[in-house]
Amino acid sequence: MNAPKDTLDPIIHPEACEAPNEQRGGEGLMGNLKYLIVGTIFGIVFVKAEIISWFRIQEMFRMHSFHMYGVIGTAVVVGLISVTLIKVFKIKTVNGEEVKFTPKQFSPSQIFGGLIFGLGWALTGACPGPLFAQIGSGFVVVAVTLLSAIAGTWVYGWMREKFNLK
Amino acid sequence: MLEFITQPWHWSVAGLLIGLTVPTLLLIGNKSLGISSSLRHACAACMPANIGFFKYDWKREAWNLFFVAGVFLGGVIATFVLSNPNTITVAPATQEALQALGIKDFSGLMPADIFSWEALASAKGLLFFIIGGFLVGFGTRYAGGCTSGHTIMGLSNLQWPSLVATIAFMAGGFAMTHLGLPILMRLLF
Repeated sequence: MNAPKDTLDPIIHPEACEAPNEQRGGEGLMGNLKYLIVGTIFGIVFVKAEIISWFRIQEMFRMHSFHMYGVIGTAVVVGLISVTLIKVFKIKTVNGEEVKFTPKQFSPSQIFGGLIFGLGWALTGACPGPLFAQIGSGFVVVAVTLLSAIAGTWVYGWMREKFNLK
Repeated sequence: MLEFITQPWHWSVAGLLIGLTVPTLLLIGNKSLGISSSLRHACAACMPANIGFFKYDWKREAWNLFFVAGVFLGGVIATFVLSNPNTITVAPATQEALQALGIKDFSGLMPADIFSWEALASAKGLLFFIIGGFLVGFGTRYAGGCTSGHTIMGLSNLQWPSLVATIAFMAGGFAMTHLGLPILMRLLF
């Protein structure tokens, strides 16, 4: 399969998306199944390393255990090495495309939003990812938290438009 | 082998596997890790309500929804197939601090005192499910990402705005744990 050239039409992303899809051409159902598999492994790790545990998050914020700091620290170091290798050796995707990184723009919203998220993180014991794994691990009631998180996202989008909140 | 898998995993193993998700997503499909966007895609798919922020081709970003469906499935597999035979060990100091706040059950990954259907209809439910969830959803979107998009993906790519966001995440968490929770637990329970 020949990868389309970057000189073709630009890819249109939702504005300010932190997880952009830079692949030219869409992913069909079969293509998307790849992400289901990677997500499944991610979810297994979340549970097996107790990252989805409300108690582990409390330990982290009380600095009574190194566990979560170890997980996050190792993940960042491994991610950093991988991204550096991809950039230095110009490693291409399986479709032969150049890997694209989207630079992040600073905005005070990262501070305000970050603080608000942090408050919720300590209450729910979960970031958005672990919410899904908590539900999967049998805490079905967490679906209510997830719905509330989706509502929070929606209200942000509404306020962004209505009050120019950015 | 199975015995090794069913044990709780060491933080370095978990960190390694989570870190490797970054190059995996980049190399199999030019995708940046970031989970909170799934919440936004859910809004775009279900209730865009003519809000510009939710008007985009969410189907193009559907990979993210497949990813979180996988995270859910992973939770099911890890819990019901690879489950750890022993109870989770909570640091004694944390256990003590939480007992002082009224939490009694330390047997599962989540405190059954809070995360149950019975608690949902009480003040606990309002605080931990409704308000907690709302803050997570509103905050991550406002901050432009969560612990995966900013802390793992952003820091891996040396994005200093992500470092700012990560520091803010931690600051908010410390504030809720040490200032908010003791007051709220006393007021509400």
